[in-house]
Amino acid sequence: MRFTFDGRPMEGEPGDTLAAALLRGGVRIVGRSVELGRPRGVFTAGPEEPNALVRVGADPMLAATTVELYDGLEAWSLRGKGRVDVSAASDAGDGRRCDKGYLHCDVLVVGGGPAGLAAATAAGMAGARVILMDDQPRLGGDLLNSRTLLDGRPATDWVDALDLPGRVLTRTTAIGYYDHNYVVAVERRARGERLWHVRARRVVLATGAHERSLAFPGNDRPGVMLASAARAYANRYGVAPWRRAVVFACTDSGHEAARDLVAAGVEIAEIVDPRVDGQVVTGTTGDAEGVLNGVQVGARHLEADLLAVAGGWNPAVHLFSQSQGRVRFDEDLQAFVPGTSAQAERSAGACAGRYGTREAIADGYAAGTEAAEATRSRTGAAGDGAAGTGVAGTGAASSDPADREVADPGAVQPRAAEPGAGGLRVPECDERPLGRPAALWVVEGSSDEPAFADLHRDVTVADLARATGAGMRSVEHVKRYTTAGTGADQGKTSGAVVVGVMSALLGAAPGQVGTTTFRPPYTPVSFATLAGRDRGELSDPVRTTAMHDAHVARGAVFEDVGQWKRPWYFPQDGEPMEAAVRRECHAARTAVAAMDASTLGKIDIRGADAGAFLDLIYTNLYSTLAVGACRYGLMCGADGMVFDDGTTTRLAEDHYLMTTTTGNAAAVLDWLEEWHQTEWPGMDVSFTSVTDHWATVAVAGPHARRVIAAVAPEAVELPFMRYAATDVLGVPGRVFRISFSGELAYEVNVPWAYGRALWEAVLAAGAVPYGTETMHVLRAEKGFAIVGQETDGTVTPQDLGMAWIVSRRKPEFVGRRSHLRPDTAREDRKRLIGLLPDDPGARLEEGAQLVAAGRPTEGPAEDRVEGPAGDRVEGPAEGGVEGPVEGPVPMLGHVTSAYHSAALGRTFGLALARGVGPGDRLTAVSGGVTQPVTVVEPVFYDPDNARRDGEPLPDDGGPAAGGRSLGHFSEEARGRQSDGRPARVREARAESPAAGFAARFEAVSGPALSVREVPFEPMWEVRGQDPGVGLRLGPSWWLVSGDIVPRDGWVDVSGQRTILELTGPQAEDVLITGCPIDLETLPGHAQTLLGKTSVVLERRGPGDYRVYVRSSFTRYLAQWLLDAISAL
Amino acid sequence: MLLIDCPHCGPRDENEYHYGGQAGIPYPLGETTDEEWAAFVFLRDNPKGWFRERWFHAHGCRTWFDVERHTVTHEVRKAR
Repeated sequence: MRFTFDGRPMEGEPGDTLAAALLRGGVRIVGRSVELGRPRGVFTAGPEEPNALVRVGADPMLAATTVELYDGLEAWSLRGKGRVDVSAASDAGDGRRCDKGYLHCDVLVVGGGPAGLAAATAAGMAGARVILMDDQPRLGGDLLNSRTLLDGRPATDWVDALDLPGRVLTRTTAIGYYDHNYVVAVERRARGERLWHVRARRVVLATGAHERSLAFPGNDRPGVMLASAARAYANRYGVAPWRRAVVFACTDSGHEAARDLVAAGVEIAEIVDPRVDGQVVTGTTGDAEGVLNGVQVGARHLEADLLAVAGGWNPAVHLFSQSQGRVRFDEDLQAFVPGTSAQAERSAGACAGRYGTREAIADGYAAGTEAAEATRSRTGAAGDGAAGTGVAGTGAASSDPADREVADPGAVQPRAAEPGAGGLRVPECDERPLGRPAALWVVEGSSDEPAFADLHRDVTVADLARATGAGMRSVEHVKRYTTAGTGADQGKTSGAVVVGVMSALLGAAPGQVGTTTFRPPYTPVSFATLAGRDRGELSDPVRTTAMHDAHVARGAVFEDVGQWKRPWYFPQDGEPMEAAVRRECHAARTAVAAMDASTLGKIDIRGADAGAFLDLIYTNLYSTLAVGACRYGLMCGADGMVFDDGTTTRLAEDHYLMTTTTGNAAAVLDWLEEWHQTEWPGMDVSFTSVTDHWATVAVAGPHARRVIAAVAPEAVELPFMRYAATDVLGVPGRVFRISFSGELAYEVNVPWAYGRALWEAVLAAGAVPYGTETMHVLRAEKGFAIVGQETDGTVTPQDLGMAWIVSRRKPEFVGRRSHLRPDTAREDRKRLIGLLPDDPGARLEEGAQLVAAGRPTEGPAEDRVEGPAGDRVEGPAEGGVEGPVEGPVPMLGHVTSAYHSAALGRTFGLALARGVGPGDRLTAVSGGVTQPVTVVEPVFYDPDNARRDGEPLPDDGGPAAGGRSLGHFSEEARGRQSDGRPARVREARAESPAAGFAARFEAVSGPALSVREVPFEPMWEVRGQDPGVGLRLGPSWWLVSGDIVPRDGWVDVSGQRTILELTGPQAEDVLITGCPIDLETLPGHAQTLLGKTSVVLERRGPGDYRVYVRSSFTRYLAQWLLDAISAL
Repeated sequence: MLLIDCPHCGPRDENEYHYGGQAGIPYPLGETTDEEWAAFVFLRDNPKGWFRERWFHAHGCRTWFDVERHTVTHEVRKAR
């Protein structure tokens, strides 16, 4: 395999890591250290690597010891402090398709070494659903690196003969262990990483151990390597590019490495074992480049090109510690080992300090069997679930090796030896028994070469001594002071060394010093991996209305409102926004204009107590509203602050339709459910969202009747604030006479499928399309506040000048009592005011601060007011330029809305300010710009509501008749109908939410997976009594669909959702990339999440799913599904 | 990611829910002093240990229910 390193062509062997290939190619220096620029070589053979960090393609920093070599790989060493090459890291040229997936199991085994393999086997035999994950391309763990024989044969034969259950994920690194046994892992795939989210009832950690170095002078030279790494390169990769080695063996693994190196043809100059004769390595010597050429043992100098260091073993307790388990220091092992568990997990094998292969296998069998039994005993138990994985202490097994025999593997009685244990036999092994390691962390040097504790961060023993000398005793403080353990390797090789050196410096036991906190991720994870497919247009769901494609076709400029795309304005012939808005406003004030208002929240409210409930939620009365009448209402939080507003209509005695603001629709529905369920559960009332069921067009303007005559003729003479259920374009619809502009206005509703037809019909009838900006201008001219623009959670109805809407007759409503609080009732609160800038052409900045008109800011210094902070207010200056006083001035309020008004022929604004009234002079300050303004009443247009009823129909009732002029703009609109299409559409064409995806669905469908929309399915939501059909969605809540005659009280929601159908053997492969629940145990159907949207997921059979998705989320979910399929 | 047992849907991930704060704070009806009312609106317990709290299964069955959660260990159990 060909690859390049720093541009140099090189060759490696299949199966090599990049590090192995570099060693094979004779590369001794793989980079320079971060702080000191010292040459460094490959130090380890795994993810703990502190030195061999390289850039590979778009990945700015990877450990060469974890990168699998591939043909054409280009790697670059890193110099100095890393920097992200934005051009290399950008999407360009990055063909990776990262993804994620959700998995569920009884037993998750992390680590595919002897202990993990044994645990998975045992758990599978016991009938558990098992997932086994391991970070290597091949299973076997340390067996791959050794020459150990099992039952007299190579250990890999034992591995290959295993019958592993469940799902086996190789190249998969568990990076985080979170609450309630939630483990996140990264699977490295050629086409892009996959982030697995695994919820396990039990976890067996078999993460092995990392060998460590110790601090001695010159311990960072290229050529100094962990003994286990040298052994791995020699045994597993056949790479032993050394002539003569010294082994520094503080533990027995050093001797094993020495034997393996000899077998690989490396001469062993000496094994320095401090346990034997007290000898230690005291320094190293290097050649001109700094590469190791000799080892100092006291006065003796040994020529060597490899110093293999076996400083001892650190159980990889990272995940255990992340799970909130407590580690303890084991004096026998000279290492931190798992102590008390916090979650339903158990460490097995080397990560629990049980190092021998036989011992690890026996421990794995026991751990797997235990875990499986623990899940079985809970299976089917009432109330199982969260308790099965979330409860600490009650089911967590001890991982503490002190609880078991440790020293002699023969002493561990594997269950295999017991009859009936399912044939779990521990193979015979040729390993020698392991002795105790030396308790050695730091060697006093004879040279002045630095002794490194953390190679990656260039932290030396001297640095640590400075920290403790400065009085630091906590390892956390020392970490932050020295940066030890903060590198890309997160201190995997250095952490224990730092603790050991500190204990030597402080004269305390390592157990007293303790460890720093282990935090996720265990290994670095790229942002691309975390983002997965949630990027670009899928990064956040985009909600669209039934008319969206029509808006796009008209060139609308969109505004994000919550997750919705709403037309902001409709530019014509490249006109700028200001001109478009002026034209749209003019049409609404002088002719007729139309807006897509489908995004307003709509909640169907039913029940005998519906009126009484609304009386509790709104500040005004609804129980007295006449059937067929609409009323505008405000609702407050318990704190008395405005929460939402909208118009609610009484459709029948026990039936209301509430509308909410676009952004608050979901929050209001939640709010109603909260008060009903938690405070007044006895009230007979239920709530059904019909936001997506109805497509809504607001038609506004003095000529609005002409448009209504064309689309809903029976509603033309509807009185103000009344409602009619009527045919709209031949389909059952609803028309409300509601105005948010002061003009004659209607809100026309049809089921989603007809929304686009309605929109086109309204425009064909002469209405000029307008967007949210025009809507904002029109309402602001009338002084109507917008929740979230004029309010910010600190504004009461009274502050908005809307005391009239707060009932004094009702004994109770949410917020009432808070309106009586002294702070809420005080007179000097900020209130809604109007503003007119002195300059009629200058638009104020929304958010601009309002201060009293004061003295000039420019002028002789002695004229300046240097008042005490915050309390000096200057009156209007006589003559001279108005401006804020120097220094802090009281902020009286802020501008909430500011526009150009076509109707007023000038700019204006709304604001919240205290202590001011009409006629007062203020200064608006924003970004260093000051604008003098005058306070006025916050109603700028038609204060007597004279325009509310518009103009009567012309004699012939036709939209084109125009006894009076339709106005310039609507003439223009009609002009676009010159293709001869009738201006009046009588038959509405139905269009399903995913209609635009039919061709793409078909294109990706095949025998393995087929996706299609099931359009126009009639659906109802049913509350209360079990209808005996349909899907039960919640307590007394059902979704009924299909060819059924609806019964009384069923809410038609046919337009609320559409159905996307996934069939075929790959259906689940798609769904697990976005659905967090366990599909294997799905009880027929469930309401849950898919991607980033709520769905009802129905399994109709194996590989046969229906996804019921809100119509406005259909486009998002369709794109998400197509993307998921393309990433399979 | 907490796993919370919905009384209707069974165990589901935390992100299907909305958090509802301390449970058992009834809306005071009748006369209240300003202090009593402020306590209802603004003051909640913040114990170290078991805490009875409300969750709303917003992306599921839309049921409000109470659980007990240990604020140190995040253990969750049925409200007693």
